[in-house]
Amino acid sequence: MGKWSRRAFIGAGVVAGGGLLIGVAIRPGNRSEELSKHVINDGETFLHTWVKLDSDNLVTAIVPHSEMGQGAGTALAQMLADELDADWNLVRFEEAPAVSGFANYSMGQAILMPDAEVPSFVMPSVDGALIKTAQMLDLQITGGSLSIRSTGTYGMRVAGAAVKQMLREAAAQTWNVPLDEIVARNSVMAHEASGRSAPYSAFAELAAQMVPPSSPKLKSVDQYNIMGRHVDRHDLPAKVDGSAVFAADVRLPNMLYATIKRSPTFTGSIEKLDETGARSIKGVVDVIRLASEEVSSMFGNFTFSESVAVVAEGYWPAKQGLDALKIQWSTTDNNAVSSATIFEQFARDIGASVDRGSDVQQGNVPQALANAATVIEADYQVPFLAHTCMEPLNATAVVKNGRCELWVGCQNPLGFRKSVADALGFDVDNVILHNCLMGGGFGRKSRPDYAIQAAQIAAQVGRPVQLLWTREEDVQQDFYRPAIMSRFRAGLDAEGNIIAWENTYVDKHDPFEASLIPYAIAAQDIGHVSSPTHIPFGAWRSVAHSHQGFFTESFIDEAAAAAGQDPYQYRAALLQHRPRELAVLKAAAEKAQWHKPLPAGRGRGISLHSSFGSVVAEVVEVTVLDGELSVDRVVAVIDAGFAVSPDGVAAQLESGVIYGLTAALYGEISISNGAVEQSNFHDYPSLRMPESPNIETHIINSGATIGGAGEPGTPPIAAALTNAIFNATGKRIRKLPVGTNLS
Amino acid sequence: MTTLTINGITQQLEVDPSTPLLWVLRETLDLTGTKFGCGMAQCGACTVHVAGNPVRSCVTPIAAVAGLEITTIEGLAPGPDQLHPLQQAWIDLQVPQCGYCQSGQLMSAAALLASNSTPSDEDIDKAMAGNICRCGMYGRIKNAIKTVAGVQHFDPAPLALNKELTNG
Ligand code: FES
Ligand code: FES
Repeated sequence: MGKWSRRAFIGAGVVAGGGLLIGVAIRPGNRSEELSKHVINDGETFLHTWVKLDSDNLVTAIVPHSEMGQGAGTALAQMLADELDADWNLVRFEEAPAVSGFANYSMGQAILMPDAEVPSFVMPSVDGALIKTAQMLDLQITGGSLSIRSTGTYGMRVAGAAVKQMLREAAAQTWNVPLDEIVARNSVMAHEASGRSAPYSAFAELAAQMVPPSSPKLKSVDQYNIMGRHVDRHDLPAKVDGSAVFAADVRLPNMLYATIKRSPTFTGSIEKLDETGARSIKGVVDVIRLASEEVSSMFGNFTFSESVAVVAEGYWPAKQGLDALKIQWSTTDNNAVSSATIFEQFARDIGASVDRGSDVQQGNVPQALANAATVIEADYQVPFLAHTCMEPLNATAVVKNGRCELWVGCQNPLGFRKSVADALGFDVDNVILHNCLMGGGFGRKSRPDYAIQAAQIAAQVGRPVQLLWTREEDVQQDFYRPAIMSRFRAGLDAEGNIIAWENTYVDKHDPFEASLIPYAIAAQDIGHVSSPTHIPFGAWRSVAHSHQGFFTESFIDEAAAAAGQDPYQYRAALLQHRPRELAVLKAAAEKAQWHKPLPAGRGRGISLHSSFGSVVAEVVEVTVLDGELSVDRVVAVIDAGFAVSPDGVAAQLESGVIYGLTAALYGEISISNGAVEQSNFHDYPSLRMPESPNIETHIINSGATIGGAGEPGTPPIAAALTNAIFNATGKRIRKLPVGTNLS
Repeated sequence: MTTLTINGITQQLEVDPSTPLLWVLRETLDLTGTKFGCGMAQCGACTVHVAGNPVRSCVTPIAAVAGLEITTIEGLAPGPDQLHPLQQAWIDLQVPQCGYCQSGQLMSAAALLASNSTPSDEDIDKAMAGNICRCGMYGRIKNAIKTVAGVQHFDPAPLALNKELTNG
């Protein structure tokens, strides 16, 4: 256990042994063809599935995550380079190709055994079954804020340390000097006593023949050189001069363009289709119907209803063609569904509480409520939300001679490849996927529907096709953040202490712990009932935390108000057993000058929520003047354990705040006649610069296990906002979105 | 036949004159730096300069800009291997996240500074209100504009902590 003998490694094969979690050395001659094709160039020695070191002493980190904009690649490279004691200027990174050997096993591990605190150096002994499971799930996902905390901690750092150790051993052997006299620094090995030094690359070949160490020694925080310091993101120069190639920028010879429309009610089929108008538009090449499609993936099974695509010499004629189609969709039971019927259904199902599932059951809630001096109750609700990534969904495909080549920006390249292969009836090996830069992901680009469509259209027209969705389709055919209703009751004793917390909501979504509260309340009963709708749902930045953070942090604020106590102090008193949360809450209050009085018409609200291993507290300041709301200031404090890339964490926090604020102020996908009513940014607005508050971010490095940064900024913001509005006006908002007119 | 002058190069194009400039840039001329975000003048991702003014190319038929000076993000820098001061500030302040909106943001900001070299906060808000950034980088965008305009000094201290580590 914990050691790779040369034999066991080869015996396991590259796929299993390439368990990309740990720095597994892949020796020349024993690489899988698939891997070597992607990572080997002339003059390079391949040391590691995560790291390569070429003859110019250049280190390349191979990053198994998709770049949605988080800058994860840079932070991962920092972790690797620091452990390796590499010269930062000699470190580059590549995104891992979508081949099974790069299955993101560490994410699989985190999903499958989320609480396992496996020390990084024993990870190789976590048996091959997990590697297999991860592969079977086709994991190669960016999401769950996992890049840094799993791949970085368990993969990159261990890999860097292992490679350094092997290189040092190789140097000691070459120079015939004791190992402990070899110093590795800035990509150079040195032996002071004899005055010898040479670049790492001089020892690469010898090191490649060594058995990798099973437990390379990792640095302690005080030894960090590159982690925790600012480095410029590598990807920005191409993002300021227009040269960055996003998925929609892919251009192939002889390429056609297509745009598409699927059944607005998600379930109907085409009853009548008149293509004449579309076909008469100059440049239109074809009108293609795609049958409804069953897709099974690790997220469950989906049925995509029938759709029609118009294929043309350019997007513009394709779009005009789409507009000219006369489509009659069939009517189903879902045509009677509206937002009103959905929320009525939720209220009914919560009231009936049939088959209520339990999240937490402790103490005696009915008794505590009976003994309470005051009982407060409230219903909260949030609507469906679309993702509206800045780059509308698109994919480019060529299907020829039983093979498919695909260019797409996605959060799960291996899963996409598998889904496309299934839809075409191909073997996965006959689908090549190039993952491109993504103009935002936010969870939407983990669902492969658009890639499947592109491949199916390309298969029919026999030429390369770029499928580009209209923004309207993007808004109306999303996998939405679900609409949710949540009902609360709390009991307070005569002093205002909260003694009972009762909460029932629809529906339960991942992750499990989203509805839990950190507060010391003896009697708690938190549970959920199921109340399905036909509206497709999916992961939306921070998943269930996005709404649960709003619900629980609003209701605890109501308890503080009912007790006549300061909402910050009230929370703090209930957090004495949770020092990490308490420290973050306190820091937010201090930075925001919580106790400094505000003029009339202004208000301050606070909120605290933990997600993805990070704790975030936010304070919002608002002004409400003649019913007009403006958000003036946000103070956000994060404890993500340790911020590898502090400016990157700050940027993610700013981003998460604006994303959540957009949703809280404006975000609403409403349903009428079974379909989405909104269609573009005019009726599904996004926060713009004039409405954006000043955001001050603060980072606490508590030393806890590294947590996520991309998502945890979003969950607390809605409650901090509505709590601030309550503070300014006395008006409690229990239903999102808030809107800007409060009168 | 429509005559377009883009980034200093004049060419004759055989494209339906009602086609929006955005698609001619992206598909006919392969100038893909200008982005599609909404198609209805709501998001600003497609912003280019026409005779120095910021214009949403997704709703601008090429017939309307024939013969006029058009600049895209590819032509914003003063010369090859050079950056417009705003592009440099965008890197210095690490503005982009996904980066998809940033061509449009830069073109709107450049048009603002060309007509008003010392904009107030309100001027900046007004000029940039048409550009959505779903990654929410408004604070950084605003600071970068102010830095270039000289109305705010960029304090590199927090970032430059380790500037020598800069990876080119
Ligand atoms: S694409 Fe032109 S403004 Fe959005
Ligand atoms: S940087 Fe992603 S939309 Fe602005």
